[in-house]
Amino acid sequence: MTPDLSINFCGVKAPNPFWLASAPPTNSAYQIRRAFEAGWGGAVWKTLNHEPIVNVSSRYGAIDYDGRKVVGLNNIELITDRTLDVNLAEIRQIKREFPNHALFVSLMVESKRETWHDIVKQVQDTGADGIELNFGCPHGMSERGMGSAVGQVPEYAEMITAWCKEVAKIPVMVKLTPNISDVRAVARAAQKGGADAVSLINTINSIMGVDLNTFAPKPAVNGLGSHGGYCGPAVKPIALNMVSSIAADPGWKIPISGIGGIQAWQDAVEFLLLGASSVQVCTAVMHYGFRIVEHLESGLKNWMREKGFKKIADFQGKGVANIKDWGDLDLSYKVVAEIDQAKCIHCGLCYIACEDGCHQSIKWERVPTDEFTKNYAAPHAAVPQASSLKSQASSNGNGHALVNPNMHFTKSGDVVTLPGEGDGYVGVFSIKQDTCVGCNMCSLVCPVDGCISMKQMPSTLPKMSWKEYQKKLAAGEVAKIQPPEHV
Amino acid sequence: MSTKANTTDRAAQLAENFAELEPRFTPDESVAEASRCLFCYDAPCTRACPTHIDVPKFIRQILHKSPVGAAETILSANIFGGSCARACPTEVLCEGACVDNTLLKEPVKIGRLQRFACDVASEKGISFFDAGPTTGKKVAIIGAGPAGLTCAHELRKHGHSVTVFEARELPGGINTYGIARYKYGTEFALTEVERVKQIGGIDLRLKTPVSGAQMAQMLSEYDAVFVAIGLGKTSSLGIEGENLPGVWEALDFIFQTHTMPLEKCEIGRRVVVIGGGNTAVDVATAAVRLGAEQVTIAYRRTADAMPAFAYEYDLAKADGIHWEFSAAPLRVIAEGGRAAGVEFARTRLVGSGRNAKVEQIAGANFVLHADMVIKALGQEPLVELAAAVPALKVEKGRIVIDKATGATSVAKLFAGGDCTSKGAEVVDAVQEGKLAAAGIHALLARR
Repeated sequence: MTPDLSINFCGVKAPNPFWLASAPPTNSAYQIRRAFEAGWGGAVWKTLNHEPIVNVSSRYGAIDYDGRKVVGLNNIELITDRTLDVNLAEIRQIKREFPNHALFVSLMVESKRETWHDIVKQVQDTGADGIELNFGCPHGMSERGMGSAVGQVPEYAEMITAWCKEVAKIPVMVKLTPNISDVRAVARAAQKGGADAVSLINTINSIMGVDLNTFAPKPAVNGLGSHGGYCGPAVKPIALNMVSSIAADPGWKIPISGIGGIQAWQDAVEFLLLGASSVQVCTAVMHYGFRIVEHLESGLKNWMREKGFKKIADFQGKGVANIKDWGDLDLSYKVVAEIDQAKCIHCGLCYIACEDGCHQSIKWERVPTDEFTKNYAAPHAAVPQASSLKSQASSNGNGHALVNPNMHFTKSGDVVTLPGEGDGYVGVFSIKQDTCVGCNMCSLVCPVDGCISMKQMPSTLPKMSWKEYQKKLAAGEVAKIQPPEHV
Repeated sequence: MSTKANTTDRAAQLAENFAELEPRFTPDESVAEASRCLFCYDAPCTRACPTHIDVPKFIRQILHKSPVGAAETILSANIFGGSCARACPTEVLCEGACVDNTLLKEPVKIGRLQRFACDVASEKGISFFDAGPTTGKKVAIIGAGPAGLTCAHELRKHGHSVTVFEARELPGGINTYGIARYKYGTEFALTEVERVKQIGGIDLRLKTPVSGAQMAQMLSEYDAVFVAIGLGKTSSLGIEGENLPGVWEALDFIFQTHTMPLEKCEIGRRVVVIGGGNTAVDVATAAVRLGAEQVTIAYRRTADAMPAFAYEYDLAKADGIHWEFSAAPLRVIAEGGRAAGVEFARTRLVGSGRNAKVEQIAGANFVLHADMVIKALGQEPLVELAAAVPALKVEKGRIVIDKATGATSVAKLFAGGDCTSKGAEVVDAVQEGKLAAAGIHALLARR
């Protein structure tokens, strides 16, 4: 049975949980029409004000990482640069064309009760499904007392939410800024003010870089710049933490729309598991276009099929309870790394990560080529056949085959080389399991999928958390845990 | 490869035929390729490089858009890095050792990245090396090939004064005269020599052959002497008709592509190349590019035993070159006083491996018609020079050295490069020049 991806988010129905965040991709009817036709389940219209703003150029900056483009993006663009009348007419038109899609409208006006009342009423006249209060934008508007200037003060957030609720007949969602020490303070204030939902995170205060020729920040406007809002894949971990902290907050009742760095379907599932019931996407669309929703939808659907989930509610929020205080974690649980020699490509990345950055628990042996060939590699020139490998496979004593079936010689004339070889030896790496602290680092840097795994070891301690340990220690029930050996 | 022998603009066509096989990476390509490098620790590619260029370091410098820094890394280890990037058999050196052969079945294209970095630095005209403070010590270097020039460069870094004697008109040795033209031409090879000379103070004397007696004399005039004279003539076949017009030596044939306009180079219609090594492939592919209609490489052993690298073999096949294995030349057939073909005996191997004996099969002789026969066997050692110093230990014509220091059996006399081996790659000669310079410097510093 095809899983049902439809959701009901604070009373608003949508064909799927993938919504577009209030941002440049939701600036016009033209774009939102293209988005809904591409498969997006909902959208939050780019933030409206009574008066269109004036923008600068340039506006966006990106960071690339070792060959991958736009790992993070920032912008100094402001809210809508189109008139309220044009926007409202287009919203009305889109709602007529796509009655079954979720359409929220983002708002940001000066902090006056009647001003908010006016714009809320005008928007709900269009037939829009809901309102999102932009309390998050960190640049430009905040200097004018809007956006994150409101979102950083719980009292303001609560007050303005309450003003909107006085006239709103449709759901009011509050968009939260991450530029605050505890996001839950404003989330609680929004809920207290009567919000029907919250969405987070908005962008993070940032400077993307400095031009090494002009010393101007990036992005620059005629040689000068200003801090902007940071988003994109790099911010996802920050967003997941904030979403889950709100979802786990005692007394939390209203739905959360998760935002921040979603570009693959797994990202969306993670937000849903940690308490979001819809997700919003911007950067990935700005990078690749609306078409990415096909991958999001297909990935989610097939994951649900494999897991046997019939609807989003079957797994939504199921990861929240797994996030605990550090002091609740089990001190007796022990894992150590293990290297599968049959998969190792001898790059040495695990070794140097452990040796210089971690706990000096990887052994590095320079095994002479002939010995290596005998014990670890498949002999002869061509890529060996699996059948011939079996008979040649030797074992490291733990029953693991040492031969890497993918390793083969390059042979030309008299010269024979082996990947990983040079100067007559191959580097062979193994874990010193008696000193390994189980930190994961080697397995994180290993380029080969499944080569380094973390194995659970028998515990030397009674099962207890740090909090329990403190109690047992005070009561004299356990001995003090000795520090690990260091080089 | 297609050649158009009848084209009206033959020079242009030949230039196209000899165009380099792989153009330089664009900056975008270089970054994309560099991003594939895993940045191994104790990297196998670096260990596999005879000059131990820090490959992951220079690739990371390219990745971080510092190709000039990458060039500095490369050239610090190997001043002929630009040449080696093009001429090295990377498939059995750095790229052969790349761990991505196992992970992705495709090594990082180290050679092409190295070329990119060196080219960028060349175009920016950046030189990285300064001569050391003058020590007053004098070293004579015989031979301005890769070993001799590298040694000179290293010694100048230490501040020793250096005089390089070169018999030929152009410096660079085999790097200038003997590399297949589609890998690079004379012009590029000479820019590599210029890079060496940029350090300043290298007294390079061209067209100055050194006799054995003069070399012996130098031992008393200089604080040290480095011999890097390379090898001599191609070995002879020892068969009838070997000296007929139309029979060429491989290196002479390659020399002409470097020293003459391509349209003036001599080329036969049907060419037989005798040999099974990389030089045979260089010669045969050059012959095709010069417009020969039929090119055959005849080798007396089987394909398995062939010393040519797999890459070179594939290149020859792609060029439509025919291979005649198990064919031992018996005589060059003459017609009108010129070579007209070669008679071969069919052979079989008795035993296994490279030591297998070649046995001729009676009654299975055959003839390959050819108006040009090119001998691509190994080169013979230059024995005269070595014989002039009686105490100099020589084995099978090669000067015997301490591999770590380049020291010979004679005090103050060092040697390196092909005259100490049976003929190796440019990159090997560079390393031997480096090691000998270190050996010489250690000696001079002791005094």
